[in-house]
Order: sequence, then C-alpha cells, then structure tokens
Amino acid sequence: MASIKLHEIAHCYNAGKGTGVDYALKPLNQSWDNGGAYALLGPSGCGKTTLLNIISGLLRPSEGRVLFDEKDITDLTTEQRNIAQVFQFPVVYDTLSVAKNLAFPLQNRGLANDVIERRVAEVLQMLGMQAKANLKARGLNADDKQKISLGRGLVRTDVEAILFDEPLTVIDPHLKWQLRTELKKIHQQFQHTMIYVTHDQTEALTFADKVIVMYEGAIVQIGTPEELFEQPKHTFVGKFIGSPGMNVLPCELQGSDIVVNGNKIALGRPVSVSREDSKGLELGIRPEYVKLSADSGIPVDITGVEDVGKHIVVRSKFHNIDVNIILREGEDIPGNPGLIFEPSKINLYQHSYLVGTG
Amino acid sequence: MLELDKVSLSLDGEVFLNDINLTLKRGELNILLGPTLAGKTTLMRVMAGLDKPDRGSIRFDGESVLGVPVQERNIAMVYQQFINYPTLSVYENIASPLKVAGLDKVKIDSRVDQVAGLLRLEEFLDRKPNTLSGGQQQRLALARALVKEAELVILDEPLANLDYKLREELRSELPKLFAESGAVLVYATTEPSEALVLGGNTACMQQGRIEQFGPTLDLYRHPEALQSARTFSDPPLNTVTLNKGKEGLTISGTSQVINLPQQQLIAGKYTMGVRPHHLSLEKCSGIDIEVNGVVTVTEMSGSESFIHFNFNGNDWVALVHGIQNYYSGELVSFYIQPSNIFLFDALDRVRNHNSVEATK
Repeated sequence: MASIKLHEIAHCYNAGKGTGVDYALKPLNQSWDNGGAYALLGPSGCGKTTLLNIISGLLRPSEGRVLFDEKDITDLTTEQRNIAQVFQFPVVYDTLSVAKNLAFPLQNRGLANDVIERRVAEVLQMLGMQAKANLKARGLNADDKQKISLGRGLVRTDVEAILFDEPLTVIDPHLKWQLRTELKKIHQQFQHTMIYVTHDQTEALTFADKVIVMYEGAIVQIGTPEELFEQPKHTFVGKFIGSPGMNVLPCELQGSDIVVNGNKIALGRPVSVSREDSKGLELGIRPEYVKLSADSGIPVDITGVEDVGKHIVVRSKFHNIDVNIILREGEDIPGNPGLIFEPSKINLYQHSYLVGTG
Repeated sequence: MLELDKVSLSLDGEVFLNDINLTLKRGELNILLGPTLAGKTTLMRVMAGLDKPDRGSIRFDGESVLGVPVQERNIAMVYQQFINYPTLSVYENIASPLKVAGLDKVKIDSRVDQVAGLLRLEEFLDRKPNTLSGGQQQRLALARALVKEAELVILDEPLANLDYKLREELRSELPKLFAESGAVLVYATTEPSEALVLGGNTACMQQGRIEQFGPTLDLYRHPEALQSARTFSDPPLNTVTLNKGKEGLTISGTSQVINLPQQQLIAGKYTMGVRPHHLSLEKCSGIDIEVNGVVTVTEMSGSESFIHFNFNGNDWVALVHGIQNYYSGELVSFYIQPSNIFLFDALDRVRNHNSVEATK
C-alpha cells in the first residue's frame, strides 16, 4: 500500500482546444496517507470521478504530477500503477465460475496455486459466497455479480490502493448495508489505502475516516464525518450533508447577538467578523438542533410534516425562508410553535464561508 | 379506480405474479415496495396492458381493460432511465403528448407553461434535453407524464438514477405535483425510506406476491408478517429466535426471559423483531429489555452511529444518536421498550399487533 500525493493537479477535458481554460478539476494539492479510508463525495459533475481517474491512470491530468510513495507515476498506465478498481457496474467473466473470477487477478500475477486457493477461499467467505463458488457468473443476479466485482477488487493483497467508483449504487438497499459494513470491516482488518467515490452521503460518511467534499471541480472541505456535520466550512457542505441539510438564514450581528429578521438570538460567546464588511452574513443550524416550542422562540408557519418512521421532518417557513426541524419519534408539534436554536450548534457564515462556530 | 382481481403471470414455469388483488383509487399515490425481482415492474406492465396476465381480471373505472392496447388507454409512464426526445426542445418535449391529442396552440402553450412552472423548467424551454443535468432531464420526463393528464400514471423507480440530494428534493415535491391530478398513481421503489417520505399507500412485494397493502405509515408501524417488516426496514430488521415454554418466553439457547405485555401464547418457537433505532444505550424504564452483545464494527455518519454487534449468534445493528465509537470486540448493552418489539409466530405472522397499536 502506498501514500498518494497529488501535486498541482488540474484537469480540463478541452485542453489545447480553443481559448480559455474550462477546468473540470481546478488546481489542487492533496496528500493521502498510506492505509487510510477516504471518500470523495459530491453531486454529479463535481469532478470526483475525474479525480479518481487521474489517480487510477485512466486519465492523464492536463497539469501536475501524481506520486505514489514520493515516486512520480504520472506517466504510468493503470496496469503499471498496481492498483485495484471496482466500478458501478459489474465487471465479470460470465463464462467463468465465481471462484475462477476471483482467482483471475492472482493468476495474472503468477501466484502459486495453493496461495491462490487460500486467498480465494478467504474472499468468498468475506462476501458470503462460499455456496456459489462453483456457479458460473452468467446465471447470477446483478447483486451477486457486483459482489464478484468487489471481490476481484479485494482479492490481491499487494496492490498500492483500491479505488471504488460508486460500487454500491446499483445494489438493493438491504444488501447495500451488508456490503458497506463488510468493506468497513475489511479496511479495519487489512488497512488498505482505499478511495471511494460516491454521491451518497451515508455511504461516504460511514465508510471513510476522512471525507473529501467536492463541488464544481474543487475540494470544499476535507474532514471527519463529525467535522462535516458539526462545522461545515461552506454552506454548500452544510446543505449537501444531512437529510434534510443545514438550515441557512440571512442574519445580522448586534454585539454578540445574532439578529434574524428582527428576532434576537443570544449566542453567549464572542464572534469575530471583519467589521469593515459585515455584509453577507448567514446563520447555519442543522434541523437536528432546532426545537419547536409553544408560545416562544421565533414564530413560524408549519408548511409540512413528513413522518419517516424513525423521526419526523417538519417543514416550516419564516419570512419566506424554509426552516426544517427534526423531531424524534412520538414527539408532537406544539400549538403556536416557535423555533429555538441550540446556541452551541449555531454556525456563522460570511459570503458562504464559515466565520464562527459553536 | 384500478382493480386487479386474482392476477397471476408465469413464464416458462417461473411465477412472476402470484394472485395479486389490489384496488387503487384515483388521486392517491400507491407505492410498490420490494427488492429487485419482487415483481414490481411486471405488475406495472400488466397494469398498463403491456403484458397480459395468465389469469385474473383488470378493470379501470369498472370496465375491463384486458386486451385493450396501451395506446388506446390514457397512460403515462416514467422509467428509471430518463427518456426524452433528443432532437426536440424542452418546450416541444412537454408539448408532444398535447399535440398528439390535437389540442390548439393556445391551450398547449398555457398547459406547457403551467407544468414547466411546477417542475421548475421555465428557463430551459428553448434548450435541448442533452444540455440539461440528470435531475432536470428526469423532471422533463415527469413533466411530459404530468401534462398528459393521464388516467393511469406509472413511475418505475423514477429517481433511482439521480444524485442523492436531487432525489431528496424531488421526493418531497412529487406527491404535491401529482396530488391534484385525479389519476391512479403507481410508484415503484426498492427503498423503504423513499416510501416513507412519499407517504400514500404502500404494497410490500416479495417474490411476485403482495405481502401487505395499506397506508404507508400503518404498514411501517404494524407489519402483519415478518416479511413485510423486513421489506420495510432500512437498516435491516434485527431478529432473534424465542422459545415459549414453562419459564415463559425466552431467548433461544439462553435463560433470558422476555416479558411482553400480552402473552397468551402457545408453546413453540417465535421470532422477535426490533428496528435498529429502537435499541437505546440508556435504560428508559424498569420494564425495558436488555440485550448484550459483542461489537463487530461501528459506522458513524456525523449525526448518528450504527453499532453492529453479535447478539446470540445473530448480526444486529443499533442506530443511535450522536457519535458513539465502540471498538470491535467491545461488550455493549442496549435497552428496548417492550412496546417496540414485534413478535412473530412459527408461521411468521405477527402476534402482538395490539400492543404495538397501543403505543401510537
């Protein structure tokens, strides 16, 4: 396994054609530790797959160098980089059995038969596919085929890194749970360097030690799941992570109080914002940290209630701004409801960037 | 109203639909929930008249539609893959069903404007579909289905190919969009959370059968059988085998007694089912049931944690609030309120429905 360094990397798909640079991936510097589990998270078109393809060698960056353990591998092919990859759709040999599919990458490396057999047996067990070892891949359903693809990605122990591109997107929800947990266990056990691309926040947050959130070709925040949840550095991250995402309300500062449309919220702590420019201020608060109180707080109109079983999402409007609230199972909406924000959980943003946190 | 009576379909000895009985009313959203290959798409195709069942009857507003070709019925369909006319503009795409129906230009304009407004496509009317994002393209497909004022609207996993956030947005918009349409709405999904957000009615499907049908939240709260409880649980339902004997109800292979409020049960085997968010790290009352296990892995999502553990030989998962980091191999105790337990008999039918009912 290797550490991965991206030095001044940038990419545009139309490089050299016409004028003007249209970056699919804006210039970035980034280092990833050996043995870490990373997720690249963002909406479609944010550049996450471009970045993954640059690491795997499927794409040569128009600028910058890629280093594995300080060795420049920018000009090496995917095969020469010694990595394993798992894609969104299954890549299997239909005419081979499950076990032979798994053995294939090992045979290519010229390993001894008994070593191959032992390793294939291990991976079959990881995937819970022992009973299907000798079945031809052709007759299996899509979920099983994707399991084989995952297995082929995991079977070699000598790779520098394992790259996953939306590997669970086409899998049924129940199996998704099982495989995601299995990947997490495999990472804890073997400490492979793993990079996992997804648009699904639950997958990214539960799988990775560090999540890299991307937006419009740039990295907007790198952090642990907790950091991304509690202190999003940009309102985009706040809104993208969480279901529903963070509430964002325009506000002003009066001393150490935040004022939202005439309603004062005592923060109980000093905030530093550049005084010359106190414009563009916004308050960010997660629906999990908003309470509804009878006859107090900021008065709101309730516009919708979605009972999703484990909790209730309440949609409300305050001066035409949407504010979502999460209530626990069984909690009721009080009469004449008002919003109460948990002061320590309020984040303050200026021109969309975090300037003060709880 | 769409009525299916004893509808079955087999092909080469394989059963695709098994004795389907369903009555779907106009103006209500009806969800078909089940894993891939449960029969959702086959059932929708049969409803639309694209496939003919071997047995049973299908009536729309009281009249049989068996054998009536799909083009003679007023049906709109949206699939997982967005299908739009690539050479037509967004406006022309939305207008196409109205042109086919022979509406005049003024009427077409006003309908297109109205629907484009609802689906927030106004600013793209002159563009070609391939210049839109995936979410916008699927909105366009939905717009065509909506503008048609069809009597039967079939939506087959329409959000499955979209980004998570877009899906979230469209999920909460969809019921409102179709609320006033007066059509029979059928929506297929594999995701329990999607069914819950959409609301309406849900039919749990499994192996070509409908396990249970009713208002979505009722189904979630009061599954009649183990299979519906499993289909409707995300993360998966936790289960353990119980034994009813002289000592009362005990966890199979142990002497731990489970005291449930209503226990007129015959001796034998039972299955206890618990949803992951009903496992708590804190004891709330003296009657809470304690389960102990060994942690296998913990997943933390920033706001909540999924603690996977082994309980009496079964893989269980608890969903708890906040960041709770437990290490593999650690011993952990959870508490369950008895009212949150489902008890299923040897035939997997629920046995304590009433006590569950009493909690809500």
